[in-house]
Amino acid sequence: MKYTPVIGLEVHVELKTQTKMFCGCSADYFGKNPNTYTCPVCLGLPGALPYPNKLAIEWCVKIALSLNCKIKEFSKFDRKNYFYPDLPKGYQISQYDLPFGHDGFIEVFKEKGSTDVKKIGITRVHMEEDTGKLTHAIVSNEKVSLIDFNRSGVPLVEIVTEPDFENEYQVIQYLQKLQKIVRYLGVSNADMEKGDMRLEPNISLSKPNTKGLPNYKVEVKNINSFRFVDRAIQFEVKRQTALLDKNQTPKQETRGWNEVKNETVSQRSKEEAHDYRYFPEPDIPPIEFTEDEITSLKSSIPELPDEKFKRFEQKYNLTSYDSEILTREKGLADYFEEVVKVGKKYQVLPKQIANEIINTKVNTEEIFPAKLVEIILENKKTETVDESELFSVVTSVLTENAKAVEEYKNGKENVLQFLIGQTMRKLGKKVDLNAVKSAILEKLK
Amino acid sequence: MDVTNLTIESILDGYKNKKFSVNEVVESYLKRIKRHDKELNSFITVCEKEALEEAKKKDEDLANGVKLPLLGLPIALKDMFSTKGIRTTAASNVLKDYIPSYNATVVDRLKDAGAIILGKTNHDAWAHGSSGENSDFGPTKNPWNKEYTPGGSSSGSAVAVAAGLTPIATGTDTGGSIRLPASFTNVVGLKPTYGRVSRFGIISMASSLDSIGHFTKTVSDSARILQTTAGKDGYDATLSSDKPKNYLKNLKNGIKGLRLGVPKEFVTKGLQKEVKNAFEGAVKILEDLGAETLEVSLPHTEYGIATYYVIQTAEVSSNLARFDGIRFGNKRTEFGDEAKRRIMLGTFTLSAGYYDAYYKRAMQVRTLVRKDYEKAFDLSSGGVDAIIVPASPTTPWRLGEKVNDPLAMYLSDALTVTANIAGIPGLSVPAGFNNGLPVGIQILGPQFSEDLLFRIGYSFEQKTEYYKQTPNL
Repeated sequence: MKYTPVIGLEVHVELKTQTKMFCGCSADYFGKNPNTYTCPVCLGLPGALPYPNKLAIEWCVKIALSLNCKIKEFSKFDRKNYFYPDLPKGYQISQYDLPFGHDGFIEVFKEKGSTDVKKIGITRVHMEEDTGKLTHAIVSNEKVSLIDFNRSGVPLVEIVTEPDFENEYQVIQYLQKLQKIVRYLGVSNADMEKGDMRLEPNISLSKPNTKGLPNYKVEVKNINSFRFVDRAIQFEVKRQTALLDKNQTPKQETRGWNEVKNETVSQRSKEEAHDYRYFPEPDIPPIEFTEDEITSLKSSIPELPDEKFKRFEQKYNLTSYDSEILTREKGLADYFEEVVKVGKKYQVLPKQIANEIINTKVNTEEIFPAKLVEIILENKKTETVDESELFSVVTSVLTENAKAVEEYKNGKENVLQFLIGQTMRKLGKKVDLNAVKSAILEKLK
Repeated sequence: MDVTNLTIESILDGYKNKKFSVNEVVESYLKRIKRHDKELNSFITVCEKEALEEAKKKDEDLANGVKLPLLGLPIALKDMFSTKGIRTTAASNVLKDYIPSYNATVVDRLKDAGAIILGKTNHDAWAHGSSGENSDFGPTKNPWNKEYTPGGSSSGSAVAVAAGLTPIATGTDTGGSIRLPASFTNVVGLKPTYGRVSRFGIISMASSLDSIGHFTKTVSDSARILQTTAGKDGYDATLSSDKPKNYLKNLKNGIKGLRLGVPKEFVTKGLQKEVKNAFEGAVKILEDLGAETLEVSLPHTEYGIATYYVIQTAEVSSNLARFDGIRFGNKRTEFGDEAKRRIMLGTFTLSAGYYDAYYKRAMQVRTLVRKDYEKAFDLSSGGVDAIIVPASPTTPWRLGEKVNDPLAMYLSDALTVTANIAGIPGLSVPAGFNNGLPVGIQILGPQFSEDLLFRIGYSFEQKTEYYKQTPNL
């Protein structure tokens, strides 16, 4: 049977503030010697108290505002009580019923290639602290668990969506947008490999012609790449479909992603669910925002990727492909606009600049805008080449480099650069790069 | 030299006038501790070597003209205060071997002001109790009659000051743990406003109720210590950003014309006859000193203990979670019965399905108690400047008398807990004796009115001079 996936997401984003959430220790812990970035507060020593990091709270609010959330004027921290060796206080300082942000949304396309838009509801955006890190190792022939508290107390923002996603394509778009937003805001590196962003999709399937949410939910914990989220969702949809087809209801449980086997595995079932005994954190007074403060935080938010993308398309007459690439990173987008400014004086079109930046992967740190304009003007003075000559050279290059062609077809897009280079060499002339590129692409179709 | 009855003032004056050296004073206190504390058991740790070394340094400082507000003053610290390099046990076997890597803010401030740590005092483990008997290091005895309890939880600090083993000692007051033992031992005990003195580095009992205060012989000594300990530190987020007042400035202004309230709910409820008599005597003296006394009402007082035991145990259950057996060397099985009782009660009241009926309800009643006091202190609608109440419903009881009846023990805090629930300051001052055992009164005021409490306490003390009486050891 064909079921409709019902997917929600919890994402944890680690902020790149200088200091931790509740103490003065450096939050830049990655790759540092274990337990060197610690103090009584983040070690949870007796008597130590949390002192909230104002900047982290403001950044959390900025993330919430960027996700179109409403901001609570009166908010507070709560204690989430549970035992785990990486949690030195025996509770995590988090937010329960009054998160800083709530009821927001983000828009994604419904299907690949479709222009139909789907609104994904953001349930809440709240602030909490990270835990220490456990490593299980063998030291002197003995099995031991080691705890590193460098990460303990690093500010973490949790973003929870409504179960609005219908397929993995929507999920990946959402994640990419979220990643871009926090990078634009400059509040997180959102580097997946360093664990700056941790992803937890929950997936269930709804039977045709039924209303409401399914009566079970499967959560997949702590995935650290978009690709694995994509695969985990696909895997779960298959697994749950098979069970439902046999008239079984999938178990409500938490599963983990096994990278090696490319499958999800059961970790713990609902029966072992925690009662976190939330209560207001008495060590931190409630936090109140005035309307003015919220307005001023709002005005400090730069133009966000979606807006910039639309503006680039319209103002510079770019394709959505170019516009998307140029707005992936704020730094690149700013560079592009700088070059456009200079190029205008020399009648260089934004489109030409976009092509140059995208095709040659300009090193924006080394090549200043004026220099790039110079290069473009220089390239314009190219020799012409007969179209049939070009195509015959391209054909022979492609035949000689069959392996590269195959790699390209398997998705290794940067092979294209190599093929362009080979063609240019064989032509022995300074030819318009874009003409070569389109000829190759044409042949590869 | 005889240090039995020295005050901060007389010690600092003595240094100034070269009547005695820091070394002599410290040695004399250490000698008294050696002689009397085996029996009293008011100290868990005595820092003899360190104190003598410090004394030498302070004598040099004095000779070099160094000026610090408490230079050369010996002090004792409740063993809930983290002291760098000095073991800090919380009077529990769980922490019997724990040596902190940092000082509590208050410890730093006292040391920076020139104080010398004589040692760490005994108390009910984790500050859970009203008699000192819950200590894993044995009970502390009342120096006025060693068969009686000195009150708790800060039993050792109260006794050490009362017995002249230290001129001052620090304490924590979560439900009366300073004011009750002060009244049982004929010393002055201050519970400051919540948010006035940093809790940083002091082992948390119940975070929203814990107040950091001290015991002294006299009211002016109490004011001097608060002057050093009060104010923001950048580590305790619940501290007020208002600057501390000058607590000595108006001390001697008298209390003529002050309006003092006597809440009817405190005086009728199960008050022991002897306490009632002493209290009425105290009210009479305050009237003689020119204050106007009038009846006020704090209608939610009767819910105080119930509210307190829901909020306090909830916070205790969470605060003790870090002692999980992985760190600090000892297992959770080392927790005593009282800690276990509170962990279980608090865990229960915070559990899903019970939170609304217990914790949430208690927080609502807390607001009502706070409003009771706000109304009573609202001078614009006939309110009073301060409130006078007994510090304890009874005089000291015999050691062992209530150990098997936790509820009876809890009820001994009936007159003190509402100040913690409302976050207001309270000063306990000696108010006489009954059968040779001390009785005390408490002066309660609006938030941050410590200066006023000291003024009232000082007038009362100057008139009564109970502080001049010392126990026969």
